[in-house]
Amino acid sequence: MSTILIAVIALGLTALVLAAVLFVVSKKFAVEEDPRVGQVAEVLPQANCGGCGYPGCAGFADACVKAGSLDGLMCPVGGQAVMTQVADILGLSAGAAEPKVAVVRCNGTCEHRPRTAVYDGAVSCKIAHSTACGETGCAYGCLGCGDCVKACKFDAIRMNPETGLPEVDAEKCTACGACVKACPRMIIELRNKGRNGRRMVVLCVNKDKGPVTRKACEVGCIGCSKCQKVCPFEAITIANNLAYIDYEKCKLCRKCEDECPQHSIVAVNFPARKPKPVENSES
Amino acid sequence: MKTFRIGGVHPAENKLSAGKKIEPMALPRQAVFPLSQHIGAPAVACVAKGDMVKVGTKIADAGGFVSAAIFSSVSGKVAKIDSVIDASGYRKPAIFIDVIGDEWEESIDRSEELVTECTLEPAEIVAKIKDAGIVGMGGACFPTHVKLTPPPGAKAECVIINAVECEPYLTADHQLMLEKPEQILVGVSLLMRAVNVTKGYIGIENNKPDAIALMREKAAKYPNIEIVPLKVQYPQGGEKQLIDAVIGRQVPNPPAIPIAVGAVVQNVGTAYAVYEAVIKNKPLFERVVTVTGKALANPSNLLTRMGTPMSMLIEAAGGMPENTGKIIGGGPMMGKALVNAEVPICKGSSGVLLMTEEESVRGEEQNCIRCAKCVGACPMGLEPYLLAKLGEYGDWERAENEDIMTCIECGCCTFTCPSNRPLLDWVRLAKNTVGGIIRERNMKK
Amino acid sequence: MANKLKLSLSPHVHGGDSVSKNMRWVIIAMLPAMLWSFYAFGLGAVIVTAVSVASCVFFEWAINKFILKNDKCTLCDWSAVVTGILLAFNLPSNLPLYIIIIGALFAIGVVKMTFGGLGCNLFNPALAARVFLLISFPVKMTQFPEVGQMAAYADAITAATPMANLAKADLLSLFLGNVGGSLGEVSALCLLIGLVILLVSKTITWHIPVSILATVFALSGLLHIAYPVEVATPWHHLCGGGLMLGAIFMATDYVTSPMTAKGQLLYGFCIGFLTVLIRVFGAYPEGMSFAILIMNAFVPLINNACKPQRFAKEVKK
Repeated sequence: MSTILIAVIALGLTALVLAAVLFVVSKKFAVEEDPRVGQVAEVLPQANCGGCGYPGCAGFADACVKAGSLDGLMCPVGGQAVMTQVADILGLSAGAAEPKVAVVRCNGTCEHRPRTAVYDGAVSCKIAHSTACGETGCAYGCLGCGDCVKACKFDAIRMNPETGLPEVDAEKCTACGACVKACPRMIIELRNKGRNGRRMVVLCVNKDKGPVTRKACEVGCIGCSKCQKVCPFEAITIANNLAYIDYEKCKLCRKCEDECPQHSIVAVNFPARKPKPVENSES
Repeated sequence: MKTFRIGGVHPAENKLSAGKKIEPMALPRQAVFPLSQHIGAPAVACVAKGDMVKVGTKIADAGGFVSAAIFSSVSGKVAKIDSVIDASGYRKPAIFIDVIGDEWEESIDRSEELVTECTLEPAEIVAKIKDAGIVGMGGACFPTHVKLTPPPGAKAECVIINAVECEPYLTADHQLMLEKPEQILVGVSLLMRAVNVTKGYIGIENNKPDAIALMREKAAKYPNIEIVPLKVQYPQGGEKQLIDAVIGRQVPNPPAIPIAVGAVVQNVGTAYAVYEAVIKNKPLFERVVTVTGKALANPSNLLTRMGTPMSMLIEAAGGMPENTGKIIGGGPMMGKALVNAEVPICKGSSGVLLMTEEESVRGEEQNCIRCAKCVGACPMGLEPYLLAKLGEYGDWERAENEDIMTCIECGCCTFTCPSNRPLLDWVRLAKNTVGGIIRERNMKK
Repeated sequence: MANKLKLSLSPHVHGGDSVSKNMRWVIIAMLPAMLWSFYAFGLGAVIVTAVSVASCVFFEWAINKFILKNDKCTLCDWSAVVTGILLAFNLPSNLPLYIIIIGALFAIGVVKMTFGGLGCNLFNPALAARVFLLISFPVKMTQFPEVGQMAAYADAITAATPMANLAKADLLSLFLGNVGGSLGEVSALCLLIGLVILLVSKTITWHIPVSILATVFALSGLLHIAYPVEVATPWHHLCGGGLMLGAIFMATDYVTSPMTAKGQLLYGFCIGFLTVLIRVFGAYPEGMSFAILIMNAFVPLINNACKPQRFAKEVKK
C-alpha cells in the first residue's frame, strides 16, 4: 500500500513542479503575434508553394497583415475566393484578379517538329538547353525533359509521351508560376483563363526569321503579321518575328486563327465549328 | 617525372593522327566567320554586304578590351551578315564571304624564312598581338593581349607554354611542334619579352618523346627556355594543373588568376600565332586542326583557314563514316557535341572528332554506389558526387559553400563514374546557376 | 549519314569502369577465402554459401519485381551475390537453412531494399544481417564446427571459438585458418590475398584496411604490454576472429564507408579502436561487426567533417 502511495505522491509532485515550470516559461517567453496572422493563415490553402512570392503560407499571412492593403498580394492557389476571405478578416478590400492558368506556348509535337538529333545527357531541360538548341532545329521550343513537371506541386502538368510536350490540367493548375520559373526557354506563360476557359494563344515563342522557323517546325510563328492586320481590337503585337496576343485585349473573335498561315494561333476550349482539326489544345 | 598533385585520370590516348604531316586545306566556296569566337564581348562587323576583302583584311573590330578582332581568311566578296549555328548549337551572328581567288594583303610576309631577331618594345608586341586578333588557341579562346597585360600590382615571373595536349585524339599541337619548332621558340621568346620575364617553360607530356627531343635540341640556343617533360595525366592542359605541374605552385580560387603566382600560360599554337603576327605581320586566320575518329579513313592534321565548314575537313580526311553517332568540336573530354557538320572552323577549333554510334552512347545510369572514385579523380579536390546531387536538388547555397565555382569542368568525374552518372552535367548546371547568383549579388553591392 | 547525331555535354568518353566490374573483382578477391572454407569445413560450407547466395539473389529479384515493380534488372550488378557470399562468410558452417534464409531476407529486404537498393543503404547488409542473427539465435550463431569434417553439415562436432580465449590460441593456425569460426573469417592468409587482389585491381584504396589493422595492432599491443597475461598479443588480435574479414571486405564496402581519404582513415581508426575495446573489455568475444555497424552510422557525419584537400588550399600541418 505504502509503495503505491509513494509512487502517487512522487509522480504527482513531479507533475506539479513541471507544470509550474511550463506555465512560467510559456508566460515569460511568449512571442507577441498579431492574432490575425493565425486567422489569415487558417484560410490559406497551406500548400506552401511559394507562388505568392513569400516563404510559405505563414509568410504570406504575415505579409498580408503587415501590408495594410492587399494590393499586389495574391494567393495564386486559393485565388479570388481566398483573397476575399483574407480581406474580410483584415477589414480590407481585395483587389480583383482574373483567374489565371499556365499555358505552354509550344506546339512542336513530334509530328510538327522533326527530330534531327538525340539528346543523350542528364534529364533536365536546363542542361539540355545549355547543350545545344535541342533535338529539333528550333532553338526556342520545348525541350521535353519535364523540368516544369518536376516543378509543379499540384500534379497539374504531365508530359504527353505522344507529342513530347507537357500538358497543363486547367482544373488542377493554380497558376502559382513554379513552372514558368522552371522553364529555361520561358515557354510557359500565365494567361487569363478566359470566359468558360476559352482563350486564343500563339503556341510558339520562336524568334527566328520566317524561313528558319519554317524549316524547323510546321506550326512555328513566322511573324508574318497577318494576324495583327486582321485583329479588330489591336490585341496582337509582332516583335522579333513573333506574334503575341494580349489576353486583356483579346475578345476571342477567332479571326486571327483563320488568318494564320502556320496554324500557330490556336483557339482553346471553343466548340468545334468546322470539320477542321482543332486538336491542338494545350489543356 | 612531374605532374599535378591532385586527382586526374588517364583516358585512352587514341592519337590516330600522330605523325601525319600538316597539310593545307583547300579553300571553301564560302567562308563563315561567327562574330563571337572568343571569351568576352562579340566582335563588331566592320564590313558590309558587297565589300571586297583580301586574305588578312580585318572584317570585325574587337567589341571591347576583352574581345578580339576577326580577319578574313579568304579573298572575295561579303555575301551577307546573317546567323549561323556555331559550336554552341545556337544561331549566332556571322559574316559570310564568297571566295574569289586567293589574294593576300600586301603587308603579310609570306616567305618561309625564319626571323629570330625582334627589336620591338613589350608594349609594341602586345599591341601587334592585339591587332592580329590572337586568342588562346587551346580551346578556351581567351584574348591573348588581355593575358599579357597584367593587372596593376601583379608581376609576371615566367611564361609557361602549354604543349601538353592532354586531350585524347588531338595531335595538332604535337605536329606543329615537330614542323615549326624554331618559330614556336621565337614566339615564346616574344611572349617572354612582352611580359618582361626571363624564364620560359614549355610543358610537354612524355607521350610525345619526339617533340620533347626536337624542342630540346632547338631550345639549346635559348638558355632561358626550359623544356619540361610531364607525366601523361589528364587534365594536365588545364591552366591551374599545368602551373602546378611545371612550377609547383597552386593558383588560388577565383577571382585569382594565374598571374597571382607569377605565371602567364599560353598555348603552343598561340606561341606560333604570335610569331606569325609579330614577325610576319600575319593576323590569325588559319590554324592546324586535327580531324580524327576511329571510323574515319584518313585521320589528319590540316592547316585550315577559319570559316571553313567542318564537313569539308571531314571530306578531306576520307569522308563522313556511315556509323557516325557524334561530331565533336575539340577533344572528347571537353569538346562540344555539334548539331551538324556545317559548323565553321573558328579560332579555338583544335579538332573535329567523329565518334561512332557505339562509342557515343552513354552507359545506362545507375544509383550512385558512393565508391568515391569521382572524389579521387577530381583535380580540384572537390566532391563531384555531392555537387551533382546538390545541382539535381537545386541547393545552390550549399553548392557554393562546397566550392563549386572552382570546378574546371574537366570531366574526370563523369569519365570515372562506374554508375555512368552524368555528374558533370549536373555540376555544370549548379556552377552556372551559382555563378549567376554570385554575379547578381555583386551587382547589388 | 543515316542516323541522328547524339548531343550531350562533355566528356564524350568514359573510362569503362562499371558497378558490375567492381563487384566481380570483389567476388574474385573473396574466392581464396571461400575455397579455404570449402576445404576446412567441407560440405557444410558449400551448403551455407550456396543457400546464402541463392536466397540473397532471389530476394533481390522478388522484391524488385513484385514489391517495387521495378523493370530494371538490378541483379546484373552482382551486388546481391557479393552480399550473399559475405553473409555466408559470417555464418558457422552448421547453421540450419531457415536461419540463413532469414538472414538473407533481413540483409536484402530490410537493410538494402527498404532504403532504395544498392547505393542508398546506411548499413552494410551482410553485416547487419549477421548481427541480427547473432542477437536472434545467439547459441546457433556461436557454435562453430571444428576444422576438417568434410562430409558434415548440421551434425558437425562443434567447439568453442578461439576468440573466447584468444591469448591461448596457436598463432600459426589462426593465420592459416586451422581453427573454428565463421566460414570466411578463419584464414587470415586467404583474406590478405584478397586484399592484394582488391588493391591491385584498384577496386578499393588502402586507407580503410590499413588504418583498421594498424589501429588494432597498436592498441592491442599497448594493452598487451600493460596486461601481458589477460590480453593476447597484437598478432593474435590481427589474425583472430573477423578482424581481417571486416577490415578487408566489410568496412571497405563502397556504400557505407566515407568518401574521402581523410574520412576513411578516421573511419578505420575508429573501427579499430572500438573493436579492441569490445574484444578486451566487452561482453562479446568479437567486436568487429559492432564496430563497423556503429561507424556506418557515423559515415554521413564523417563525410561532412572530412572534406578532400581542395586545390590551392594547403593542409595546415
